[in-house]
Amino acid sequence: MDFELNEEQKLMLEEVKKVCSEKIAPQAEQVEKEGRFPRLMLLASMDLFGLVIPEEYGGLDMGFLTWSVIAEEISKACATTGLSFGANILCVYPIMAFGNEEQKKKYLTRLAKDSIGAFGLTEPEAGSDAGSVKTQAVKKNGKYYLTGRKIFITNGGEADIYVIIASTDPSRGARGLSAFIVEKDTPGFTIGQHFDKMGFKGLPNVELVLEDCEIPEENLLRREGAGFKVAMDTFAAGRIGVGIGALGVAQRALEEAVKYSRERVQFEKPIASFQAVQHLLADMATEIEAARLLLYKAAWLKDQGKPFEKLASMGKYYASRVAMDSTVKAVQIFGGYGYTTDYPVERLMREAKLFEIIEGTSEIQKNIIALKVLKEYK
Amino acid sequence: MNIIVCIKQVPDTEHLHEVTINPESNTLNRTGIPSIINPFDSNAVEEALRIKEKLGGKVTVMTMGPPQAENALRETLAMGADEAILLSDIKLAGSDTWATSVALTRAIEVIGDYDLILFGKQAIDGDTAQVGPEVSELLAIPLITYARKIEILDGKIKVERVLEEGYEVLEAKLPCAVTVTKEINEPRFASMRGILKARKQEILHWNLEKLKVKEEEVGLKGSPTQVIRIFSPPPRPKGEMIEGENTEEKVAKLLEKLKSHRII
Ligand SMILES: Cc1cc2nc3c(=O)[nH]c(=O)nc-3n(C[C@H](O)[C@H](O)[C@H](O)COP(=O)(O)OP(=O)(O)OC[C@H]3O[C@@H](n4cnc5c(N)ncnc54)[C@H](O)[C@@H]3O)c2cc1C
Ligand SMILES: Cc1cc2nc3c(=O)[nH]c(=O)nc-3n(C[C@H](O)[C@H](O)[C@H](O)COP(=O)(O)OP(=O)(O)OC[C@H]3O[C@@H](n4cnc5c(N)ncnc54)[C@H](O)[C@@H]3O)c2cc1C
Repeated sequence: MDFELNEEQKLMLEEVKKVCSEKIAPQAEQVEKEGRFPRLMLLASMDLFGLVIPEEYGGLDMGFLTWSVIAEEISKACATTGLSFGANILCVYPIMAFGNEEQKKKYLTRLAKDSIGAFGLTEPEAGSDAGSVKTQAVKKNGKYYLTGRKIFITNGGEADIYVIIASTDPSRGARGLSAFIVEKDTPGFTIGQHFDKMGFKGLPNVELVLEDCEIPEENLLRREGAGFKVAMDTFAAGRIGVGIGALGVAQRALEEAVKYSRERVQFEKPIASFQAVQHLLADMATEIEAARLLLYKAAWLKDQGKPFEKLASMGKYYASRVAMDSTVKAVQIFGGYGYTTDYPVERLMREAKLFEIIEGTSEIQKNIIALKVLKEYK
Repeated sequence: MNIIVCIKQVPDTEHLHEVTINPESNTLNRTGIPSIINPFDSNAVEEALRIKEKLGGKVTVMTMGPPQAENALRETLAMGADEAILLSDIKLAGSDTWATSVALTRAIEVIGDYDLILFGKQAIDGDTAQVGPEVSELLAIPLITYARKIEILDGKIKVERVLEEGYEVLEAKLPCAVTVTKEINEPRFASMRGILKARKQEILHWNLEKLKVKEEEVGLKGSPTQVIRIFSPPPRPKGEMIEGENTEEKVAKLLEKLKSHRII
């Protein structure tokens, strides 16, 4: 076993740290307060969009572990930038895993360069119950016509390429779902409502309105009926990404709390000298490290081509809980100042909550983990 | 366009205060202090890359320094430079700006084929701003300092040169030497592909033999300036806080003090 990053990973991380401290972190407050879309193109210019994409499609083929190490840094600097960057994977991955040669050539090369991606499954009536998607795809003369509404879609409007789940056979329920690649300018594809949220104000989460949206036959991923599998596998890989996003937020909360507790003096001592404060820091640090190891292991298993789904669910479930707990502790350590918008910890606390909801809620993660465990040790 | 960029590795500004002086040998003790590329030199590299991206050609980056200056060169390869040369020879140690310029000039002559040589406006540690001008003199080519904008025309270069108030526009024939300011551009971050490529790229090491310079032309022997004494300025004496009940009282006390010292 080797817990050391390799030389390439270290060099890449060093440059990412530089861009994060010089460009990404200084803009985090503006991204939140002005609801501004983050500077994803800066990351694209550094080839970061192509981290996990194979070299023959213009990527770097560095795998999910390298992606994770880098994405944590981005999320730590600005969680909105991190999540927007992470949502790309939800479009990249299904094309990588289920696309044919033509589709990969056409779309992965663009996504590796500077095209933003998005993934659309959730509907007003289909959240945790992903199999109950109502959006319909009707085939006519070698084309599919999609009609329905998707909600909460991350990067919606900013993205150029969408993977969308729709039903080609409503009589078969989840088995009748199919996955399509949809381009932004397709007639019948429009952006509806923008959701106003508790945090992540700079992250677009929108309604996609599909009205007889015409999709060429060759944009169907794999085959009709494969949609549910595409969605589940995409979520499994995406959970590593969402977990890493949570980890970045938690790590930031820890670093802010350590810094503040050393500077803030009460009773003529820095508050870091009080054991009650120290113990909060100790819990945060321990749990964050544990979350990181779970997620790194999930990413490593994925890169090895081994089953990683259980670890990804564990990592996502645990890291999001740790992010929530750590940010609440950080606000506590900051006292009254922590409750003001002058310091970043209240934002971190608002951000942390999201990770317990998206990409399968914590309850759904526990369902998945329990199913695996019940099978594993029977 | 073949462009040569001269860069210098300097102590990281954030750690500059950790640099200590060895009063015995009159040298700076830099061991353990992280180094960076002289910031203006990063602008020079960026400008060279932009010109190359527009007009084609080749960017060669060169530094004279100890073996660890390789890191600085590798950073510029990651940004997109084509070739990197390290002038490294124990006999170059102790070179002043003149000897540094002699070595750089010889290296440029070995490279031979060039249209433009870029420098930073000055090094943030040495701060003399002499190397660029000296090299251009030795090569007998035109020099334009403090560039904030460069435009390449047919066989010519047009430069906006920063002045105290405003700027002037100058033209010169190529080949030409230019020193650049921070204003000229914002250096890019290295791309991941660049970093991976730079890791495998070879950095050329040139010694005195390759440069065809004699030992006595460079290093301590070839340096007309001698450092006689090097010292830290004495720390500023502590200021005096004027205490008082309120602002009015404090101002009154201050005025009194200034008067008693005949300052006002
Ligand atoms: C900011 C944001 C970004 C998002 N981005 C995207 C995106 O890019 N693409 C996309 O497709 N979707 C996206 N979503 C949707 C997100 O994935 C869903 O909100 C999530 O899956 C939960 O679905 P729901 O909101 O319908 O909640 P519901 O499914 O209605 O759940 C409500 C509650 O019931 C619980 N619950 C439901 N079923 C069970 C069960 N079987 N057992 C135990 N408890 C259960 C849940 O855990 C939860 O606590 C995003 C959402 C948000 C808020
Ligand atoms: C007597 C004496 C002894 C010295 N001994 C040493 C010593 O032992 N070790 C030591 O590190 N320094 C030593 N120095 C300092 C060294 O000579 C200068 O740092 C160097 O000559 C460059 O001058 P500068 O830093 O003022 O650069 P400037 O002239 O301000 O630099 C302008 C530009 O010239 C280019 N440039 C400068 N230096 C180099 C370089 N080395 N390679 C490529 N391009 C360059 C860069 O583009 C830079 O932006 C000594 C100086 C003197 C006077």
